[in-house]
Amino acid sequence: MIRLEKLSREFQVGNQVVHALDEVDLQINENEYVSIMGVSGSGKSTLLNILGLLDTPTSGDYILSGINTSKMDDDEMAGIRSTKIGFVFQSFHLIPRLTAFENIEMPMILSGINPKERMKKVNVALERVGLTDRSDHRPEQLSGGQRQRVAIARSIVMEPDVLLADEPTGNLDTTSGKEVVKLIEELNLAGLTLIVVTHDREMGERSNRLIELRDGKIINDQSQK
Amino acid sequence: MRIKDILFLAYTTLIRYPLRTIMLLIATSIGVMAVILLTAVGEGARDYITGEFRSLGTNLLIVSPGRNETSGGGVLDLGGLSPRPLTIEDAQSLTQIDDIRRIAPVVMGEASAQYDGLERAAPIIGTTPEFSGIRQWEMESGSFLPGVTMRYSPPVCAIGKEVKSELFGDEVAVGEWMRIGDRRCRVSGVIAEEGRTVGLDVQKIVVIPVALGTALFNRDSLYRIIVDVRDTSRMDQTKQSILSIIKRRHQNKEDITVIKQDTVLQSFDNIFNVLTMALGSIASVSLFVAGILIMNVMLVAVSQRQAEIGLLKAIGAKNKQINNLFVVEAIMLSGSGAILGLILGHTITQILKIAFPTFNFLPPMWASYVSLLVALISGIIFGLLPARRAARLDPVEALSGNK
Repeated sequence: MIRLEKLSREFQVGNQVVHALDEVDLQINENEYVSIMGVSGSGKSTLLNILGLLDTPTSGDYILSGINTSKMDDDEMAGIRSTKIGFVFQSFHLIPRLTAFENIEMPMILSGINPKERMKKVNVALERVGLTDRSDHRPEQLSGGQRQRVAIARSIVMEPDVLLADEPTGNLDTTSGKEVVKLIEELNLAGLTLIVVTHDREMGERSNRLIELRDGKIINDQSQK
Repeated sequence: MRIKDILFLAYTTLIRYPLRTIMLLIATSIGVMAVILLTAVGEGARDYITGEFRSLGTNLLIVSPGRNETSGGGVLDLGGLSPRPLTIEDAQSLTQIDDIRRIAPVVMGEASAQYDGLERAAPIIGTTPEFSGIRQWEMESGSFLPGVTMRYSPPVCAIGKEVKSELFGDEVAVGEWMRIGDRRCRVSGVIAEEGRTVGLDVQKIVVIPVALGTALFNRDSLYRIIVDVRDTSRMDQTKQSILSIIKRRHQNKEDITVIKQDTVLQSFDNIFNVLTMALGSIASVSLFVAGILIMNVMLVAVSQRQAEIGLLKAIGAKNKQINNLFVVEAIMLSGSGAILGLILGHTITQILKIAFPTFNFLPPMWASYVSLLVALISGIIFGLLPARRAARLDPVEALSGNK
């Protein structure tokens, strides 16, 4: 479902060209659970951004569900992000002035879904992450773990194909980190393709497939049972 | 994205940052309020002035000697240099016009008024009793030129309040003989009026019969003939009749000018309309200042909310949607500020009306519409730049930017 062909991403830093990704070839199948690891500057975040269509490669192709995304404009990419991709961030990225319910509702608001259907789906998502009783709390009234669960609910409410998680437990204590990991792994079991970027080896080793990056190249790609 | 949702999202930002919202509301509402108040003053002044004129009567025609029209030869028109006098006989000839209710010939000059060794220079008006009727003057005592007609001038006079108090003090003036120039006349009444007429302070004038006036000043021409027309709808026909009758009497030369009181009123009206609009547009400048303030605040908002913009993009917001969200936020700020300003402006004019009952504060309807419109337009214009900046943010940078 995801295929990268000789994909490169270069950044200009001063006079120097930095190869954040250097001719990466990668294939990820439906319903896989992949973790991407690497030290800072290895290119793992760039890879995730490109997979999430937040960033575009300098060269090479990214084929998502059989569609080559290289020639898409901003709006087309926004459309794909809206329907096929869910994001979970290290720092949650909830909108502080909105309630949990409204935060989860946001992707559907943006795609113009009618309020009745939104209500139904938000409630399902809230139940899925176990926060039905927190629906009218604002982020500041929620714990870190609860915030991340709201963010997860938001990421799945549009029923995407892929969930991209960038250090999802990075800002959480061990207990709530475990809850969050358990939640996204359950989503993976239910059929969602899960790609997690982490530098936490313990978390990386939970996945079915571990990809290691260094200097913009894949140096290790192994299946784990 | 639904309009209701856009409005809701913009609304949440206004609630979330109350201090910012209140400051901007104040800025915009002061602008709108200034427009309302200044135009109310301008409009009030117009109403006051035109009201004063209207009290003189809108159904008056004023006939004066000479042609004042700028068309034709202007100063080089030799025929216009020495117009034929407008005589008492001319005035009398107008009585044949059915549409005319009253005619008051007027001659003006200055002479000394004396009584019992006291003397003062006084502006003199020579006219007939119709004059006081047209001007709607009340008498403090006595009557206004009794028995006087255009032809017949018994030696009587009416005096203003100031003339009375200076020459007669506390004594009764009515019935006393006084001297005006080299004539003697008996005071028939004291005028109660305190305003102005034909540019003169009524309290300072002495009014004498018109024929006595022409004799006193040794002048064969009247200064004006004031014509009171029965029916305002017949003004133009009456004007034509006057012109043709006088023309026939003046050897077929149209050497008089007939103006409507209304035309004078109209030009004052126009002047004050322009004044009100000028005041309004000066006040509108403050609306644009408020607009620039909104732009600054929105630019700050865009950089403060970078992470949020990045997030919105990540969850599928199109650039256009981000743009709309920020523009709507700016419009809501300026719009609610404008509405607040309208409420404040109208409330304050009502308070001013109570505080200054003599002056009528009239905020014109257009001022409300225009100021609301200008506020909204400046909201849109000054909201566009920040919104565009927000829409063009790179999602990766925005997400990793300040939280």
